[in-house]
Parts: sequence; C-alpha cells; structure tokens
Amino acid sequence: MRRVLISQTRDTDRQSARFDPDSPYRLHRQAELRDESFGALAYHFGTRRLSFLKVPILVDVIRALGACTSVHDALDRCGVPDSQRPALLRALAGLADSQMIELREGASA
Amino acid sequence: MTVLDSRPTKLVDHFALGLNAPICLTWELTYACNLACVHCLSSSGRRDPRELTTAECTAVIDEFERMQVFYVNIGGGEPTVRPDFWELLDYAIDHHVGVKFSTNGVRLDAGAARRLAATDYVDVQISVDGASADVNDAVRGDGSFGTAIRAMENLAAAGFTGFKISVVVTRQNAGQLDAFKVLADRYGAQLRLTRLRPSGRGADVWADLHPTAQQQRELYQWLVANGEGVLTGDSFFHLSGLGDPLPGLNLCGAGRVVCLIDPVGDVYACPFAIHDEFLAGNVRSPGGFQAVWRESDLFASLRRPDTGGTCSSCSMFDACRGGCMAAKFFTGLPLDGPDPECVQGYGEAALAAVAAGSAPKPTGDHSHRGPVRGQPIGPVPVTLMTRRPDRACDESPLAG
Repeated sequence: MRRVLISQTRDTDRQSARFDPDSPYRLHRQAELRDESFGALAYHFGTRRLSFLKVPILVDVIRALGACTSVHDALDRCGVPDSQRPALLRALAGLADSQMIELREGASA
Repeated sequence: MTVLDSRPTKLVDHFALGLNAPICLTWELTYACNLACVHCLSSSGRRDPRELTTAECTAVIDEFERMQVFYVNIGGGEPTVRPDFWELLDYAIDHHVGVKFSTNGVRLDAGAARRLAATDYVDVQISVDGASADVNDAVRGDGSFGTAIRAMENLAAAGFTGFKISVVVTRQNAGQLDAFKVLADRYGAQLRLTRLRPSGRGADVWADLHPTAQQQRELYQWLVANGEGVLTGDSFFHLSGLGDPLPGLNLCGAGRVVCLIDPVGDVYACPFAIHDEFLAGNVRSPGGFQAVWRESDLFASLRRPDTGGTCSSCSMFDACRGGCMAAKFFTGLPLDGPDPECVQGYGEAALAAVAAGSAPKPTGDHSHRGPVRGQPIGPVPVTLMTRRPDRACDESPLAG
C-alpha cells in the first residue's frame, strides 16, 4: 500500500513520561487540529485518538509550540496568565502522554 | 477520548449544537453484499446502479480532507466487493482521512491482511453476530462465521493487532458476551458491541431478536464491569438510566456529530435512519457534502435544543435523553417519547399502543430477490426452446 503518511510502530515509545516544559515541542507530525466553537478537536492518525480541547488558549499554545524554544516560551508568547499555567502544563503533559504533541528532537532549546 | 475541561459549559452542549464537521461519519460504499443478514440496517444485497463512481468518491474524500473529517467509518453492503475499494482506501489515506471499514471478511485473504497490517491509518471491523457458528449463521447465513474467523486468523497472522470484532447484541447472543471477549482476546482484537436497531430489514425481525429487559440489565452490568476495554459506539445510552452513565457521549448524535452518506450519495442524519424523514441532501448537489452538513434544514432542526417531550418529566431523562431516534421511529413511536427499550418500561407500554403495520417503512430496499447462500434456495425455472426458431434473427441479432 502506498503511504504518504509514514507511520510509526503501533507501540511507539512514549516520551510523555519525560514531559519537559523547558524543551521544544510541536504538534505531533501525525496529529491535526480542527477549530470548533468550543476550541478545537485534536486527532492523531496513528493512535486514532480524538481529544477535545475546550480551552481556547490551550489551542493557541499548541499551535505556537512549533515556533517556540520551549513550552514555557509558548506560554509566554500566548500571554498565559500565571494562574492558568499549572492547569495548562498538566493538560500539555497529558497531550504529550497521548502523543498529540511531541518533543522536537535536535532543536536547540 | 480525552476531555480537557475547565469551563463551566458541558462539551455535550456544544455537540448538541453541531460541529463544523462530523466526528462519526459512516459512508456506505455500496448496497451490494454477498450476505443477506436478516437484520441488515441498510436492507443491502443488490448494487444500486446510481452508486457514486470512483471519481465521485475521490471528490468526496477531497471534501473530507478540506473539512478535516479526520476519519470515516466505511461500510455497506459489503464495501470490499466494490472493485475500486482498495484504490479508494489508498486515496483516503493519502489525503489525511483515516478509515475504519466494516466487513464480513469475504475479501480478507492473507495478502489483503498483510497490506492492511502495513499501515496504522486503516482499522478493520469484522462483523459476527454469534460467538459460535450456529448462533451467528442463523442471522448472517450459512458459512458466514467461518468466513469471519478466517479473516480474523489472516489479520492476526499478518500482525494486525487491535482490529475490531463487531457484534450486534441480540436475544440469541446476549448470553455469549464472555465468549465474544474470549474470541477477541484470542486474535488480539478489541470487542465492539452495538445495539440492534429496527432499521432496514431489522424492522422485520426486531420483535424477535431484540434483547429482553432482563438481558438488557445483564448487558448493562457487563458493560460497566468491562469499562472502556469494550467499545460500544455509544449505542447503549438508552441503558444509562440503570445506574452510572456508560463511557461515551450518552447523547443521540444524529445530525450533530454523526451522519451517514449512502452509496448513492444521500446524506442521512444517522446510519440507522435511512428514511426520507431523515434525508438531509445529497453529496452530488451544488455545495457538496459540506453544504449539506452545515446548511441543511433537517440538520439545523436536529441541532436545536429539544424539549424532551413526554420524557422530560422522567427522573431518568438526564441519563438517557429519551433514547434512540431511529429505534423510536421505526417501531412507530413518537420521537419525543420513550425509547422502545426504555429501562423504565415506558417503551413497552407505548409499543402496545402502536397499531400493527403502522410503523414507517425504510426508504429503499436493496435486498436480494433471489436465493443467497444460507437462504432457502429454490429451483431456477429455465425453459428450453425445443422447436426451430421462426427466423434466424430470433437466435442472433447479427443474422440477415
């Protein structure tokens, strides 16, 4: 079968256990976001998992990740208030756990 | 599903108002099927001459890509009997549309299984309606259990783990839930149980096949005990009144997060509602599928808050939301009343009041007209001409 979307193995090793907000991340290469009235839907084509992102600023942060030097940098650039940071970091750790976001290997922090 | 929720509004309230694109889109590629299951929800059997062409199908996939419909559930009929099935599968994958397809296994030989195992972007769902050949074949036809098992063996041998074994729960197989789980575990598959709907030919057998009230309670307990390890397509939310809600949305998603595109391109509110009443439009019309999904009057009306009708005074209403629209419709019950399998028993009482023969009939019937394997086969009448033809052209149009 011809495949444009090269898939990883089904039991992709999980980076999530080591979610590190000081490192650069991005939306997973096999994941996409779709805007919805409540925020966005995230879908991972490899795990076939769907996540509902109900916090609009979280969606902004995920979209910004790829151009930022770290997760903290993305939170700064999106103007996330300190009071919301712990909740967003937990949410992002969860998204790393389900492979919706991934570490940018080789990118300089 | 992961729900990251920090706002007071419930996600389910957003779903009730509809999404930019469906989450659960079923696309039936053909009405043709090698089987003739007695409960077929789409009354499949014979191909419809108006079915979408390969080019029309790829145009629909292009639209899915633009709308970010991330994945579709392909079914039929038996989708793999379409000659362009594998071509369409490749096209969808190449255009960022994941596919889960339902099959009775007829075309899943060792080669097809290896091909499917090579990509994460396709999921396969094998249908069986019994954990043993006798129970399954009584509904799906002689030999169909063997066909399904062979397909499972091929997938497992090819290293395709986590494919789905899909079972419609009936009065006859409700006692086999543990056996289905054993079957799934044997092949490294995941069990999926769904509700029998009185849709298509299912309307003809529903009264005899739908689980009894006692079986429904046992099924609910079994689902609670097995949790998210068993998939249900959210089809048993009408049982949520029996206790804690089951995993899933617990909401009728028709026209809100769910829809059906049938083989001729007609868009219905849900796969179990093939009737003009629930027909929103056709993908061949100007604006295509997107216009139907976003602008059709039917879907707009389904996305308006519903009052709950006679169910709104019931203490269980928040749990079951009145149940399944299609189940009510095809049993002749009002849409704003109880589900025919209401756990409070209101459905049974309402059914008793439905005049015999008054329930709406499904739109379209593609059932086989002649004998099919497993069905009673009668002699085919053939008359041989014994006299000489009067003219040569009676035998050959090319004769002088």
